[in-house]
Amino acid sequence: MEKGMVIIGAGECGARAAFALRETGYDGPVTLIGTEKHLPYERPPLSKDAMVSEHHPLPRTIAEGTQFSEKRIDFIGDTTASAINRSEKNVVFEDGRTVEYDRLLLATGAIPRSLPQAAGSRYCVTLRSFDDALAIRAKFRPDARIVIVGGGFIGLELAASARRRGARVTVIEAQARIMMRGVPTEIAQVIDRRHREEGVTIRCDTGIVSIADNANNVAITLSTGDVIAADLAVIGIGASPVTGLAEAAGLETGNGIVVNEWLQTSDPDIFAAGDCCTFPLAIYGGRRVRLEAWRNAQEQGSLAARNMLGSLEPHQAVPWFWSDQYELGLQVAGLPDEGTQTICRQLDDGAFILFHLTDDGRLAAASGIGPGNAVAKDIRLAEMLISRGARPDPIQLAAPGVRLKSLLAA
Amino acid sequence: MSNWIEACTFDDIDEEDVMRFDHAGRTFAIYRSPDDEFFATDGLCTHEHIHLADGLVMDEIIECPKHNGRFNYKTGEAKGAPVCVNLKTYPVKVEAGKVLIQLG
Repeated sequence: MEKGMVIIGAGECGARAAFALRETGYDGPVTLIGTEKHLPYERPPLSKDAMVSEHHPLPRTIAEGTQFSEKRIDFIGDTTASAINRSEKNVVFEDGRTVEYDRLLLATGAIPRSLPQAAGSRYCVTLRSFDDALAIRAKFRPDARIVIVGGGFIGLELAASARRRGARVTVIEAQARIMMRGVPTEIAQVIDRRHREEGVTIRCDTGIVSIADNANNVAITLSTGDVIAADLAVIGIGASPVTGLAEAAGLETGNGIVVNEWLQTSDPDIFAAGDCCTFPLAIYGGRRVRLEAWRNAQEQGSLAARNMLGSLEPHQAVPWFWSDQYELGLQVAGLPDEGTQTICRQLDDGAFILFHLTDDGRLAAASGIGPGNAVAKDIRLAEMLISRGARPDPIQLAAPGVRLKSLLAA
Repeated sequence: MSNWIEACTFDDIDEEDVMRFDHAGRTFAIYRSPDDEFFATDGLCTHEHIHLADGLVMDEIIECPKHNGRFNYKTGEAKGAPVCVNLKTYPVKVEAGKVLIQLG
C-alpha cells in the first residue's frame, strides 16, 4: 500500500518539492504541511517590495489554491508537526492527527536569531514571515527612527526600504564592516557608500550592551557608550536552522540537518533540503555548507523530490544569491572565500565583476554589483564556468572587450 | 495588421544575444539567434516583471536575470518554475539591414 510523500515546511523549498513530485510523475498522496496560514509564498520581496509598495501588499504566492487541488497536493497550513515516528513512518501533528509516509522531506527552514538583550522588548522585532513584514512596514513612516541591528542582507535591504519610506535609519554592525559574510570588501564598500549617501548612519565595530523599553520607544545602549532611541529596532543577525524535529527523531544534525549529496538524512527514507540542511558542495570537494538562499531552496526542493522517487542525482549546483538595495543589484555565484586572488572586470555605468580564482587558476566564485541587473548576464556565465571547473585566462577575464561567452567554448 | 515598427538594425545585437526595445510605453526584447535569425517577445518576465534583456541567451532560451525563469524566445514557451505563464511573441522581419517587429 502506498502511504505517500509528506513534506514538512511549506516555504519555497517545500512547495517546490510538492510540485516537483508531480512533475516527476508521482501519482500517490502528497501532503505539504506549513506553520503559516497563508498559501506558500515567496520570501525575497518581504524586505524589499512588500516594504515599499504603494498599496497594501499581499503575499506573492508560489501557486494559486486551484493549482494545489489540480495537482492533488494536500496543503495543510497553520499546523505544526510535533514528532516523527521513524519506526511507524508517520508524522504526528500538534493536534494529535497523524499522517503516514513512504518518504519524508524536511524543509523546515531557518528562524531569525534573537539578541538576548532584546528579549521581552515590544519594539524589537525580526523578519521571517509575511506577517512580520506587515508589522515592520507599519512602522516605516516618515521620520520614524529605525535601528537595524546587523549589516547583512536582510538588515541592509530593510535599511534601504525604510529610507525610501522616509524613515531615519541607523545600522549597527558588530564586525569591522557590513556584509562580512560572503561578500567581498570592494562590493561591501559600494553598498556602504550608497547607504551613507542616502543618509543612513552605519556604525561598525559596535556592539549592543543593553536594550530598554520606554513608554513609546526603545533605548539602545551601544558598546561605545552612546544611547540611541528608536521607534523600532529590527534584529537581523542571521538565522538558525530549524532542526528540533529531526534531532528529536534521532537524525544526525550539526549546523543544520546533515544530508548526503542526494539530500538524504541519516535515515534513507527522510530527506532534508533548503535553509535547514547542511550538505556537501561537490564543486568545492565536498565542503559542507548550509545556505540561506532562495534559489538554493528552490533547486534543493526539486532535487529532493526527484531523489525521494529514487532518482538519486547528486546535488551539484553552484550557490547563487542576490540583493537589491536602492537601484543597485548585487549578485554572487559560488563562495568568494574559496578564491585566493581576485580579478576585476569593469562594466558600463560603474558596474563591475570580481572573479575569485584559486591558487591553481580555477574560477571558484564571481561577485558583482551595478545598477539594476547590469551584472546578471556575466555572473550567470561565470556560474557556468565555475560549475565546469574552468581555468579561464585572467587577462581575458579582466578585459571588458572579451565576451565571457567566448570563454565557455574554450 | 501591417503595423511594422523598426526596432534596431541587424548589427545592434550580437549573435546569440538580446536587446531591449521600448516603444509607445511598452517594452520588448529582440533576440538574435545563434543562426542569425531574429525574434521578438514582450520585454518583461511573466514572473516578476524583470527586463529580460538583462538576461542570458543560450541557444533558443532566454533566462530571466533575477530568478532564472527560462523561456524559449522563439515560441514564448515558459520552461518551468518559477515561470509558468508563457511569453507573448511578435513576428519579426529583416529588411535592408533593419529589424522590424509587427505589433498587433
